[in-house]
Amino acid sequence: MNWGAVWAIARKDVGLALRTRAVVLPLIIVPLVLMVGVPVLVGLISGMAVQLDVASTDMEEIARALPPGFGEQYAGLSEVQAGYIYFIVYLFAPMYLVLPLMASAVVAADSFAGEKERKTLEALVYSPTTDRELLFAKILGAWIPGVLVGLGGFVAYTLVANAMTYYVASRIVLPNPLWLLLAFWVGPAAAALGLGITVIASSRVNTFQEAYQIGSLVVLPVVLLVIGQAAGVFILSNWLVVLVGLLLWGFVALVFVIAAASFRRTTLMARL
Amino acid sequence: METASTTVITTENLTRTFGVNVAVNALTVTIQAGEVFGFLGHNGAGKTTTVRLLNGVIAPTAGAARIFGLDPTTHGHRIRARTGVLTETPALDNRMTARDTLRYFAEVYGVPVGERTRRIDELLGVFELGNRAGSKVGGFSKGMRQRLALARTLIHDPDIIFLDEPTSGLDPVAIREVHHLIEQLSHRGRTVFLCTHNLAEAERLCDRVAVLAQGRVLAIGATQELGRQLNRGHRVSVEINADDLARALHLFTQTPRVSLAEPAADRAMTRNGSVLIVLHGVGRADVPHLVRAAVEQGLDLYRIQPEAPTLEDVYFALQEL
Repeated sequence: MNWGAVWAIARKDVGLALRTRAVVLPLIIVPLVLMVGVPVLVGLISGMAVQLDVASTDMEEIARALPPGFGEQYAGLSEVQAGYIYFIVYLFAPMYLVLPLMASAVVAADSFAGEKERKTLEALVYSPTTDRELLFAKILGAWIPGVLVGLGGFVAYTLVANAMTYYVASRIVLPNPLWLLLAFWVGPAAAALGLGITVIASSRVNTFQEAYQIGSLVVLPVVLLVIGQAAGVFILSNWLVVLVGLLLWGFVALVFVIAAASFRRTTLMARL
Repeated sequence: METASTTVITTENLTRTFGVNVAVNALTVTIQAGEVFGFLGHNGAGKTTTVRLLNGVIAPTAGAARIFGLDPTTHGHRIRARTGVLTETPALDNRMTARDTLRYFAEVYGVPVGERTRRIDELLGVFELGNRAGSKVGGFSKGMRQRLALARTLIHDPDIIFLDEPTSGLDPVAIREVHHLIEQLSHRGRTVFLCTHNLAEAERLCDRVAVLAQGRVLAIGATQELGRQLNRGHRVSVEINADDLARALHLFTQTPRVSLAEPAADRAMTRNGSVLIVLHGVGRADVPHLVRAAVEQGLDLYRIQPEAPTLEDVYFALQEL
């Protein structure tokens, strides 16, 4: 493996993506809205509800929908307080995956389709890298920002969520094993999946916007996870998160095999 | 680097099709180290496709190629480590500065860390981009972009340099500098594969040329050699008294081996009451006979000069075949 070239290409992709407004804006706005805005907004509403004492304090009514042990762990809290903690720790957890998925997809779209759009791909194709090295460099350049945005979002969410749960229920709830698994096991897999899908999309389109739009469709399963949990179909547990991570990594392997097949310079150049 | 007698590029019936369109048709060529080889043809003749085939970035439909003895389809990355390709469009990222662009490609091409800064500064100086080294490429003129792309092509001091229309968009001063650079590269033993439709450029720079049309090589050789092979392009210029023009044209049209006698197209050639006639199809060996014929007819003959065929003559003759 030509590590010097791989690292140079990956570093250049990250550096240039971070100088591009169309890439940077979603990388800032989406984490701010999801990881800061939503917990603060729901927390403020919950806090006001607690202060106005508008809800009953009977935990048994909602206990059937909560994870095992949740009622005991947060015994004595009002329905609103427990509900807010449930929202912060469990209900909102799948939404966290939007961050690494989106971040890697947008950087990958800039790196692959954007390079075609800017007509800079040809110079790179003539570089002394193999197809595998070139693909690996491009993947690395998109995966690293995806993982970093995910981890940054996790840290921000932990701080904001703890501040708000302390405000609403005088409790510190994060990080817990479930969120640590999300951040360090499922998040990197989601980042890899987002960019893998975008690589495949990029080989079939010619503009950054087209690739990004197709790559963004990968967040739809995340929405299904949120709805499924809200509807009581399942409740996230540590084991379920481990399983989701395994499934995602499996998908990643499959997607990368397809991506490698679509990312051959002979194919790319024949289309230029 | 290869020695002067080493073959660095060979192709045998190299062919590439895109659907029903044959981009390169049974190309067979051998190029020696240190040679400046011209690849001439209209747009769409197959020049760029050939460069891509030789660098292993597209695969041939049929035939084979060897660069430094390596097969581009299986050892493309090893070949590309020793070649530099100036693409038809500069392929530069507008968001990067000139220096960052060169530094990036120096890393990608594995230029040793200790040499990078010296090499970058040297190329920025050669291409007169030193004072804009920190400027973003997006603000560069077409000529500056082309010069930067040339600098990028040479960043790793390649053994073979593929130049696809290198002077496109350059002003006359920059064109002269690029020509000088190509000559220097050749003197340093580098092989230059020059794709161009600029015949004067090819004639000035190339040791040999291949003339392409619709993916097929019509002829390969030195300009003079091609002219001889075709027996086309030889001509003799005759300067006579302008009053004798009609008689002279009649006389030379009747003269054996003169395929065409016509006044020189360039009106500036007419001066001091004389006129220049161009006789096609005749060469140096025919001059004594032409002189005798003119004198016998009482023409005022001021000057007679055989002229070698130009690449332009050869090119258009081949296109007509």
